[in-house]
Amino acid sequence: MTTDTLRRPSVFSLLLVGGVLFGALVAAVLIGPVALDPWAVLQEVLDHLPFVDVDSGLDARQAAIVWELRLPRAVLGALVGATLAVAGSAYQGVFRNPLADPYLLGVAAGAGLGATIAIVASGSGAVVVPLAAFVGAVAAVVATYALGATGGGRRTGNTLILAGVAVAASLTAAQTFVQQRNAETIREVYAWILGRLGTTGWGDVALMAPYAVVSIIVILLHRRLLDVLAVGEDEARTLGVRPERVRTAVVIAATLGTAGAVAVSGLIGFVGIVVPHTIRLMVGASYRAIVPLTVLGGAAFLVLADLVARTALSPSEVPIGVVTAIIGGPFFVVVLRTSRRGAL
Amino acid sequence: MIEVRELIVHYNGRAAVDGVGLSVAAGEWLGLIGPNGAGKSSLLGAVAGTVPHQGAVRIGGRLSLEMGRREAARSVAVVPQHPVLPESMAVIDYVMLGRTPHLGYLAAESEEDVAVTEAAMWDLGIIHLAERSLGSLSGGERQRCVLARALAQEAPVLLLDEPTSALDIGHRQQVLDLVADLQRTRSIAVLAAMHDLTLAAQYADRLALMIDGRISVEGSATQVLTESAIAAFSGARVSVIEGPAGEIVVVPRRS
Repeated sequence: MTTDTLRRPSVFSLLLVGGVLFGALVAAVLIGPVALDPWAVLQEVLDHLPFVDVDSGLDARQAAIVWELRLPRAVLGALVGATLAVAGSAYQGVFRNPLADPYLLGVAAGAGLGATIAIVASGSGAVVVPLAAFVGAVAAVVATYALGATGGGRRTGNTLILAGVAVAASLTAAQTFVQQRNAETIREVYAWILGRLGTTGWGDVALMAPYAVVSIIVILLHRRLLDVLAVGEDEARTLGVRPERVRTAVVIAATLGTAGAVAVSGLIGFVGIVVPHTIRLMVGASYRAIVPLTVLGGAAFLVLADLVARTALSPSEVPIGVVTAIIGGPFFVVVLRTSRRGAL
Repeated sequence: MIEVRELIVHYNGRAAVDGVGLSVAAGEWLGLIGPNGAGKSSLLGAVAGTVPHQGAVRIGGRLSLEMGRREAARSVAVVPQHPVLPESMAVIDYVMLGRTPHLGYLAAESEEDVAVTEAAMWDLGIIHLAERSLGSLSGGERQRCVLARALAQEAPVLLLDEPTSALDIGHRQQVLDLVADLQRTRSIAVLAAMHDLTLAAQYADRLALMIDGRISVEGSATQVLTESAIAAFSGARVSVIEGPAGEIVVVPRRS
């Protein structure tokens, strides 16, 4: 008992999940309508690293497919997946509810409403979109949390999820209303709602990266405190922790990340449920191990889901939100059936 | 080690604790008895610093209101009446939560924290369960985990709220023996709300009878546990007799 007594994820699990992520990224860059020589693609990617200068032998169009289309899309998928997954694990930790996830809590719907208003006002891709999404997401999480307490019950049980569903429904209705009133942008908004990973090269990656990095780092730093919250607020206090403080910091970080993800990629559901629970089955209930592995696993999951989205019915694309929902729906039922009271 | 003066705790608009004073020395065990709703849990909460109160609570001479949350948790460890035990959490992860007040807000555990955690598990005989999940343990084993967590806190004061109410008689004795052992070997001040009067008489050094938010009698088991006092607060008909080793035994009596 010396290697894993510090309750960090084991080297094996990190290598395993990291390996899956690496494999997913490689596959995402290699697979596509235009077949490319794997060795040349590797050289092409290396060529873009600082201080590396190799000639891949790819022509300009092929090089652009690798560097301007496939790689940024894979990286964006990794960032969005990591962020949504880690946000899910964070909400599950602070609300002590295995079903908490950006979508069930209404956070994504709030971000969706904010982003829709911003898109209608100033077009998609505007810098204001993530900010509007964040405002909407924060409003939604506050509304869900307040509503979840009105029943007089604890804000951790099913009341919270029911409140989230109610908030999500109202916000989605408001979002549909805004969308209907602005027929000229309806296609743009609709395509975005279904969830899609950008094809705008590195622009969306640059937009998403700060949100992903801040959100992931803050949640990673709080992973030990998420374990403390698992024994409830009263006991957390007797252990010297102020639960409100932890909850506020973690919820803001998760909400910020969700808002960024929704702003660049639309509504991609179930990542926050599927990934943390799969990791939990692998390594147990400690957030000290769950959070880091969820970052890697979430990235891998969404890169693979996107690969399915763009190859399953090739040459046409299935919206990625549809792919994750097809996987996530049944998974959700499994979580519901296996999660007992007190089990996280 | 614990000094309480003129303590008042308001709960649901009434005074759950209404002017209580008591003191517990290092290495001493004060048993808190009394009917349900007498204010025992509120009193423990105020001493732990997690329940708002008026009056003075001093831990090791320091006024609890002047301590931060972490410092208070380094001074007072609490074993709650109904601890939350996340079913799939491993025993070692759970016990290590006791190290929380010794760590900075975002710090990770050091090797020393692991060593203290393992020592606590060893002392409570659960080291072999380290990687098991809490949900797979028996009631007695879980109670040891909760005690081990409190022990890992390395606090000079241990508060117990009806620590054995969920256990059968054999496990009750085991848990109380363990607490008595810690009290002796580590000179811990123990303040315990106790349900079972016979066990309270046998394990606590002194007893305090709490009724309606006040302490009505305090003293040795012989002074506090009189048949009339027990009848007055619980309505129970009991005989207080002396056991074979001179210990006090409270037995129910049919009329």
